[in-house]
Amino acid sequence: MMLINCPHCGPRAQSEFIYERTVDSVPPAGVSNDKAMQTLFTRGNPRGVDEEIWRHTFGCRAWMVVTRHRVTNGISHVRAVGPEALP
Amino acid sequence: MNRYSAFGLLRGALNGQKHWQPAWRDPEPKAHYDIIIIGGGGHGLATAYYLAKVHGLRNIAVLEKGWIGGGNTGRNTTIVRSNYRLKPLHDLFEFGLKLWHNLSDELNYNVMFSPRGAMFLGHSDADMVKLAERGDAMRCDGIDADLMTRDEVAKLEPLLDMSRNARFPIEGGLIQRRGGTARHDAVAWGYARGADSFGVDIIQKCEVNGFIRDGDAVVGVETTRGRIGAGRVGICVAGHSGHVAGLAGLKLPIESQTLQAMVTEGVKPMINSVIMSQSLHCYISQSDKGGIVFGGDPDNWPSYAQRGHPMVMEGAIAQGLALVPALSRLRMVRTWSGVTDMSFDGSPIIGETPVRNLYLNGGWCYGGFKATPASGWTYAHTLATGSPHALNAPFSLERFMTGATIDETGTGPMPNSR
Amino acid sequence: MTGPSRPNTDQDSSFIFDGMRYPARKGDTLAAALLANGIGLVGRSFKYHRPRGIMTAGVEEPNALVTVGEGGRTEPNTRATDVFVYDGLVARSQNRWPNLSLDFGAIFGLAGPVFSAGFYYKTFFGSAKRWMFYEHFIRKAAGLGNAPRDADPDRFSQRAAFCDVLVVGAGPAGIEAALEASEAGKRVILVEQDEIIGASLIRDPQEQDSAWVSESADRIRAAGGRILTRTTASGYWEHDLVTLTQRLAEPGQIPANGVAQRLWHVRAGQVILATGSSERPMAFPHNDRPGVMLSQAVRTYVRRFGVCPGQRVVIATNNDDAYLTAHALREAGAQIVAILDARPAPAGQANGFTTFNNAHPLSTKGSRHCLKSVSGLVDGVSKSWDADLLAVSGGFTPVVHLHCQAGGSLEWNDAAQAFVPAQSRQNVKTIGGAATPAAIFTSAPVVPAKKSFVDFQNDVTLADVDLAWAEGYRSVEHLKRYTTLGMATDQGKTSNMGALARLAEKQGVAIPEAGLTTFRPPYTPVTMGLFAGAAAKDAGAHKRRLALYDVHAAKKPIWQPLGYWFRPRAYPMTGENLAEAAMREARSVRTAVGMTDVSTLAKFEVSGPDAVTLLETVCATSVGKLAIGRGRYTFMLREDGFVFDDGTVWRIDENRYLLTSSTGGADRMATHLSYVRNYLHPELSVSVVNVQEHHAGIAIAGPRAKSVLAKLIGEEPPRHMSTVATKIADVAVLILAASYSGERAFEIYVDARNATPVWGACETAVVAEGGCLYGLEAMEFLRIEKGHLVVGAEIDGRMTPHDLALDKMLNKAGGFIGSAGLTRPALSEAGRRQLVGLEAVEGSIPEGSMLVTADGKSPEGHVSASAFRILEGGSIALGQLADGFLRHGEELIATSPTRGQRARVRVVAPHFYDSAGERYRD
Repeated sequence: MMLINCPHCGPRAQSEFIYERTVDSVPPAGVSNDKAMQTLFTRGNPRGVDEEIWRHTFGCRAWMVVTRHRVTNGISHVRAVGPEALP
Repeated sequence: MNRYSAFGLLRGALNGQKHWQPAWRDPEPKAHYDIIIIGGGGHGLATAYYLAKVHGLRNIAVLEKGWIGGGNTGRNTTIVRSNYRLKPLHDLFEFGLKLWHNLSDELNYNVMFSPRGAMFLGHSDADMVKLAERGDAMRCDGIDADLMTRDEVAKLEPLLDMSRNARFPIEGGLIQRRGGTARHDAVAWGYARGADSFGVDIIQKCEVNGFIRDGDAVVGVETTRGRIGAGRVGICVAGHSGHVAGLAGLKLPIESQTLQAMVTEGVKPMINSVIMSQSLHCYISQSDKGGIVFGGDPDNWPSYAQRGHPMVMEGAIAQGLALVPALSRLRMVRTWSGVTDMSFDGSPIIGETPVRNLYLNGGWCYGGFKATPASGWTYAHTLATGSPHALNAPFSLERFMTGATIDETGTGPMPNSR
Repeated sequence: MTGPSRPNTDQDSSFIFDGMRYPARKGDTLAAALLANGIGLVGRSFKYHRPRGIMTAGVEEPNALVTVGEGGRTEPNTRATDVFVYDGLVARSQNRWPNLSLDFGAIFGLAGPVFSAGFYYKTFFGSAKRWMFYEHFIRKAAGLGNAPRDADPDRFSQRAAFCDVLVVGAGPAGIEAALEASEAGKRVILVEQDEIIGASLIRDPQEQDSAWVSESADRIRAAGGRILTRTTASGYWEHDLVTLTQRLAEPGQIPANGVAQRLWHVRAGQVILATGSSERPMAFPHNDRPGVMLSQAVRTYVRRFGVCPGQRVVIATNNDDAYLTAHALREAGAQIVAILDARPAPAGQANGFTTFNNAHPLSTKGSRHCLKSVSGLVDGVSKSWDADLLAVSGGFTPVVHLHCQAGGSLEWNDAAQAFVPAQSRQNVKTIGGAATPAAIFTSAPVVPAKKSFVDFQNDVTLADVDLAWAEGYRSVEHLKRYTTLGMATDQGKTSNMGALARLAEKQGVAIPEAGLTTFRPPYTPVTMGLFAGAAAKDAGAHKRRLALYDVHAAKKPIWQPLGYWFRPRAYPMTGENLAEAAMREARSVRTAVGMTDVSTLAKFEVSGPDAVTLLETVCATSVGKLAIGRGRYTFMLREDGFVFDDGTVWRIDENRYLLTSSTGGADRMATHLSYVRNYLHPELSVSVVNVQEHHAGIAIAGPRAKSVLAKLIGEEPPRHMSTVATKIADVAVLILAASYSGERAFEIYVDARNATPVWGACETAVVAEGGCLYGLEAMEFLRIEKGHLVVGAEIDGRMTPHDLALDKMLNKAGGFIGSAGLTRPALSEAGRRQLVGLEAVEGSIPEGSMLVTADGKSPEGHVSASAFRILEGGSIALGQLADGFLRHGEELIATSPTRGQRARVRVVAPHFYDSAGERYRD
């Protein structure tokens, strides 16, 4: 069980969070239908570092992007997203 | 090849086990093969076996980065069944189930397939309708399925908690009597021994780390044991499909997730069938050695770690104990995790890729073991003829882009919600 | 056999073994007490049923397994070395019949050569049925103890903890580390699997004696540290989370406060592993006989428990440590017959013992399950000694399990012939004997491989390892799996190194090149109930309680589970069954009025200037043109274009909307909305609040619903698909005029805390108009007749808007989620399943049945929901049928082979009642 550093709450047990999807699964706004489907239906799925969208469901409920190594589970970065993270 | 028999065992007892030969050779890779299969798991070895046996091909290699059967073949809960609701799925798995029933004789290797019945429990009237619907879909396509009353369930598994005030009371079940369990390692070894006897080269400790291209076609592979040329190359590395396909520049509709399983210390027989549930996510069976084999949901986030999450494990055990309270004082002795290819409709992918001469077999989610014979058979057909068998034609890679997905649970493209 | 240091005075408890009562002393393990009572034969091995005794004094014990406890507390396969005797302990030997001494299963041992490694892969051919015949007997012979049949009477608790330093193992190194850290001001947890701390110091007191141990413990506690005994660190997970299993009662013991064990999830800043090492046996023929024990274990029984397990002792060793055992035995009055030291020259340890160098054990003989003599090879010459105990020391294996579970690597220590921790991946370090095991002398004595046991419990011999090798199972993982080596309940703690050495020898490589199997949790077996904790009672699934639960419960409805909710399915009157009650309730809605609880519907309040933008992203229908006070039906698509939920959207105010969707999909919809709002569109000025449980909901439906409502609110009720905020019973309510039943209907939403008086007022008014309450079953009848959809039935995640005849409502402007997915070709191909109505021509239509054109044909669709016409009678259904839109009028068979039911049906439009919607209008 990992320890995830919520940008709003600090380090919390993974059991408070839910993984939602990878950053590369989200079709960018305004792309063609084909491109959108390609994005939705393919993944880099690296045996290494990827960016993942997690949510602190049983905490502050905020969304964040976790940069994580898929083999070692090392988390190098957690970035807040959502309205409160806008500049 | 030694023919295995009771007589052979007696002979071994008398001659100090001197006459046994290696079950498979340990050959050096040749410069070129007609067909190379990447991945020496059950599926890859079965593919090689049927390529030789059914299609008469001989110049075949199976390349395994570690030791054969060391991936998900050796990391599952050994359940064999074909009780799927959707036709393409139950047709494929049923074809496999029929092969399972003769597999020990076919391979002259006892894979200990034991059709002790695969039972889904229903916990409400709504569950029972869903189970009936699944059973009816199967029965109409000629596959065995029987609804069970509460009493029949209790008679088959006397240790189930049948109390009416249970959180998930048991209202009945759906059993596939021809389903059951098998000895997972034996499946890989049996196919390996069979394939080897036809001259297939099984090359262990040989990791593929690149594809050799000639224009839009693959003509061979780069490995830790050198370059090997090939007419056709079949990827068969479920759990790592994304990684290997990535070497050919392909991105797949697959996310790798960890699935845990566990086993208790051995006890005398107490669980007679394979117990699953329509509402809960655990499955329980007892191995021939007496251990209670337990599985649950995948960890639900991407991982190649082959290490599970304690909370997921605890959740699966809580569900299992709610069903069979007498398991409480048994001790869990071993846990293991496999890396599963979670596909984006929950169904496997067996077929061509956009790269010429390169084929893909993967995306088995958490249900690949039971498909081993069918997967091998249909993939062999695809590799031998260059086009899919009728059974695997629906399971093409392109179905995600066309929309012809095969979504048993109707969950959609996000594997973590499956 | 009682040794001189075991006083006879304080035999303060007794236990029962195989029906006989024996005395025991406080602090005894069951193994110690058995030895003290002269019991050498304790169990039978797994495969050959060979007689086995006690080999070790710790958790690595492969042989001495017994079943402890009674009823639901029965714990099979309990290591006698890992259970402390309590008064009244009941233990039974296992895997024997009729009894331990005379076990018919031993016939497997006589036929041992036939049952070589992997024999079962080579025989029992024939049909699967035939294998099951053999398997029946194999299963009976396999397994060890019997599981309890009863439910567990005790509880298991779970606790979370945090610390700066977690020290695992309270031997000299661990105690010292814990002391240092706690006195440096760190929060420390020190765990020890034994009942008392000290570990090797209990056996071999040196400068650090028991006084030092207890003084250190006091100082650790005084500095705020916590010492947990009888606690095993069994799993090392991600980011320094370690699970501890704590025994609050011994196996089979009635716990003092009802809690048998506790599971700790400890998140540690740093983990220090002072887990020591375990001694290795030696491989030689008949090395499994009762009376052959590990040297340190013998010393433990002599020094700690005051039990001398033998009087005439041969010691076999390849290291200095075994000489300590010789001294201990001599002090206890035993005779050291011979020391067989594998090392070629005397090592200055002899001290007057009869010591042979270049000496190896060769075999043992026994009678009546006791050791009689030991033979050995001295300088290649065979010798024999009469002995009742053989103490062996084959070297030491560091306990590196947790280090490896944490992802750390190992390196080979040649002097100790052992793997020791190298790189750590998490914040963990290993100290003491686990990091620096004692040096040993290596030799590969030439002994016959037959009956030279490596894995004692699973009866794997050197011959089996050799056979696996010969047959090509050469990877260490293949060896393990083919021979079952290391797969027993001791998890290979005593067997792995012996087998690995043999494998390396076969391969002609050094041991580290032969490979190593993976260490996975748990370190020692863990009780299943402990993992489940309190969740075992309810499968970990909570129940969600309706705000109006008490009101319903008082009416004794039939309840129906729906997700985590339980909702009234029907309110039967005396003598009514479910179907009768539901039909009466539905008829009341059709002819008069009925009311039901719809509180569980998903509800979201969407407000702000960009509310429409957000709604038109989530909903596939247009929302923008909705006037204030009006609402409309809507549905939502997944990104892949399939319909996944439906509901209604209401414009409450200029920039305020209420969105409802299905109960079953409520959590999914909440996440979806949150994702769209926070991740996709953080720039929007909009707020999305999940108000599902904030509002209780009451639906009133029927031809008299309008007049009921008029009385309740004292004004003209809103028109169909209109909304009004008003009061009922002096409580503020929001009324949505929406109909699921097909009748004129109103949904009344009220703050859940104030729902009861509103419900009461509504019920009074409904009853006054001749109406009644209705439950989910009647609601199902009503909606099927009307042709309304349900998530999970018609909306099954595989249907497009077109398949459900919803495509005309799609927002022409596009831009909604799923619009790209909808363009994929297969979503508009011929042959898709499409929504149809079905009416029975003959028989009644089974729900979930298959639609076929003739018996024996593959299904072309199925029945998603079935019911009866409420007023006219007659079986009707909704279904999905290939190309169904084009097949109205066709006759099919709806067949359910699993239930032996079938009906002839006619395909019709999916509206059986008021298809023009006349009844909504005022």
